[in-house]
Amino acid sequence: MHGQVDITGLAFGYTEQNPIFSDIDMLLDPGQVFCLLGPNGSGKSTLLKCIMQVLTPAAGRVVVDGEDLSGLGANQIAAKLGFVPQTLVSAFPFTVEEIVVMGRASQIRMTASPSRKDREMAMAALERMDIAHLALRPCNQLSGGEWQQVLIARALTHSPQVLLLDEPTSHLDIGNQVKILETVNRLAEDGITILMASHFPDHAFLTAHQVGILKTGRLQALGNPDDTLCESVLYDTYGIHIRVVALEKGVNRKICIPLLQETNRPVPAKEVS
Amino acid sequence: MSSRISPDAWIKVFMGLLVLVMLFSLGSGRVDITFVQTLKILLSPVIPLGSDISDTLYSVIVDVRLPRILAGMMVGGALAVSGASFQGVFQNPLVSPHILGVAAGAGFGAALAILLFDNIWLIHLTSFVFGLAAVGMAYALSRVYKMTPVLMLVLSGIVVGSLFSALTSFLKYIADPMNKMPAIVFWLLGSLNHVSFRDILITAPVFIICISILLLVRWRINLLAMGDEDARTLGVNTEALKLTIIVCATIATASAVCISGIIGWIGIMIPHIGRLIVGPDHKYLLPISLVIGAAYLVAVDTIARTALTTEIPIGILTAIFGAPVFALLLRKTQKAG
Repeated sequence: MHGQVDITGLAFGYTEQNPIFSDIDMLLDPGQVFCLLGPNGSGKSTLLKCIMQVLTPAAGRVVVDGEDLSGLGANQIAAKLGFVPQTLVSAFPFTVEEIVVMGRASQIRMTASPSRKDREMAMAALERMDIAHLALRPCNQLSGGEWQQVLIARALTHSPQVLLLDEPTSHLDIGNQVKILETVNRLAEDGITILMASHFPDHAFLTAHQVGILKTGRLQALGNPDDTLCESVLYDTYGIHIRVVALEKGVNRKICIPLLQETNRPVPAKEVS
Repeated sequence: MSSRISPDAWIKVFMGLLVLVMLFSLGSGRVDITFVQTLKILLSPVIPLGSDISDTLYSVIVDVRLPRILAGMMVGGALAVSGASFQGVFQNPLVSPHILGVAAGAGFGAALAILLFDNIWLIHLTSFVFGLAAVGMAYALSRVYKMTPVLMLVLSGIVVGSLFSALTSFLKYIADPMNKMPAIVFWLLGSLNHVSFRDILITAPVFIICISILLLVRWRINLLAMGDEDARTLGVNTEALKLTIIVCATIATASAVCISGIIGWIGIMIPHIGRLIVGPDHKYLLPISLVIGAAYLVAVDTIARTALTTEIPIGILTAIFGAPVFALLLRKTQKAG
C-alpha cells in the first residue's frame, strides 16, 4: 500500500518576517482522507501548494512513501501526487479530452505528444469520473461541477498515490458538492490518500478520517472529526456560533448548524476531551 | 468545421495551397511567365531546359523571384509560429510575436546601421543583434522575482519596446531627410525587396533550427497555456520550457525582422485562423500556422510587388488586410462561444 504522507515542520512565507504558516506536522496513512479547515485567507491553498512543491517551503519536509519531495524533479513529484486546483481559467477553448490528457505530461517525453495509450488513459479517467460524454466539449462551456470533475479526472491520469484537492466544492450547488464528496470517498476506498482543503466543517464529518484547522499560521485541533470539531473549536475558528448535532436514524453522523448572531449567546465553554 | 476533416488533413490541404501560391507568385510580375514555363524552369536541374526558355526568363525566376518567395515563406512561417507560441506561453490569444520588444529593438538597430554604415548586410546583422538585446533586457528586467511571471515579462517588454521606439524616433529626427530618413522609414515599413540568396543561406539554418525546436515541444505549449503554477503541478519544469520557447520564438522573429523589416499582423492573425480550422491544440496549431503564414506572406508580397508600378511596403499591406480580417475573426470567435 502506497501513499503515506509525512509532513514535519513545514513553514512558508513570501517574506521571512511574515510567515504564512510554520511548524505544520501531519501524518496521513494510505487511503485516509484529511480535511483541512480554516477561515478564508488562513493559507490552506498556500499549504497545499507547498506540499506539492509548487511553492518552495521555507523550512520542513514533505516525505511521501519515504522519499523527501524536495529532492525530486517536478515530473517525479507529479508521478506521486495529483493536484486539483480550486479554479482554473483556460485562455483557449481546449476540449475536455485535450485538458485531461495534459495530466499525462509527467510521463510524456519533452519532445513527444500524447500517444494512443495516453489518450486511452485520459478516456479511462473520464469514465472513472463518469463524464466520458463530455470528452469533446470545449472547456469554456462546462458548468462548475463538470469542470471540477474534469480537473479530478486530469489528476487521476498520472495515477497518483496522493491527491491534493483545493476546495473542490466551492462555487458548487449542494447536489454537485455531495457528488464531489462521494467521489472523494470512492477514491479513498480505492486506496488514494486524500488531502482536501474545505470551507465547510460539515465536509469533515462527511469524508474525513482526520481533520486539522489552519489558523493564525498553525495547524490546530488535529484529530478525528467527531472528537475534534466541537462548538468551542468552531467558534474559535469562524467567530460564530455553530451547533454540532449528532443525527441518528439512518444518518449516523454529526452535522453543523450555524446560529445567527442576534441571539447574544455566551462564548461556548471549552470541552475537556 | 474541424470535426469533419481531421487536423492532419487540413495541414496537407494548406501545404498544397502553399505550393500553388508559390507557383503563381513565381509566374507573376512585370515579366509574365506562364505556368508551364515556370514549372520547366524549376525542374531544369532534373529535365534539361527546352529551347523556348530564354536566359532572361530563367534569371527572373531563379535569381529575382525565387529568393524573394523563399524569404517570404520563411518570414511568414516564422512570424506565425512564433506568434502562436508566444500566445500559448503568455496565455493570451492577442499577443503578437513583437510583445517582448523584438521589433522595436530590431528597428532601432536597423536605423542605427542605416545612419552609420549604409551596408545592407550590416543593417541585417545590427537589427538582429538589437532585436535579441531588447528581449534579453526585457527578460532580465522581469526577473525581479526568482520566477518570471508572465505579467512582469509583458510589462518589461512594453517598457523596453517604448524605450527603443523613442530611440528610433530620435535617429529619424537627426537623420538626413533627403536620403537616410526615407531609407529608415522604408525599412521600418517592411519589405522583402532587399533579400538576397546570401541572406537566405545565412538565415535559413536559424529559422529551421528554431522552428524545429518549437515544433518538437509544441504539445507542451498546451501545458504552459494553462498557467505556470498549474503546469508545475502536472510535472512540467516550466522555467526551462518557457525559456526554451521564448528564446526560439525570439530568434526566429528577430531573423524575420532583420531581413524583412517590421511586418505586423501576421503573428496575431494567422494563429487565429489556424485555431478556427484545427482548434486550440498546439500540436496542430503550430504546423498549420507555419503553412498558412508562409502562404499568406508570399501571396501578400506578390500583391506588394505587382499591384502598382512602384513597390508597396508589405507591412502596410498586411496591416490593411489584417485589420478587417481580424475584426471578422473576432466576430466569428464570438459566435462560436
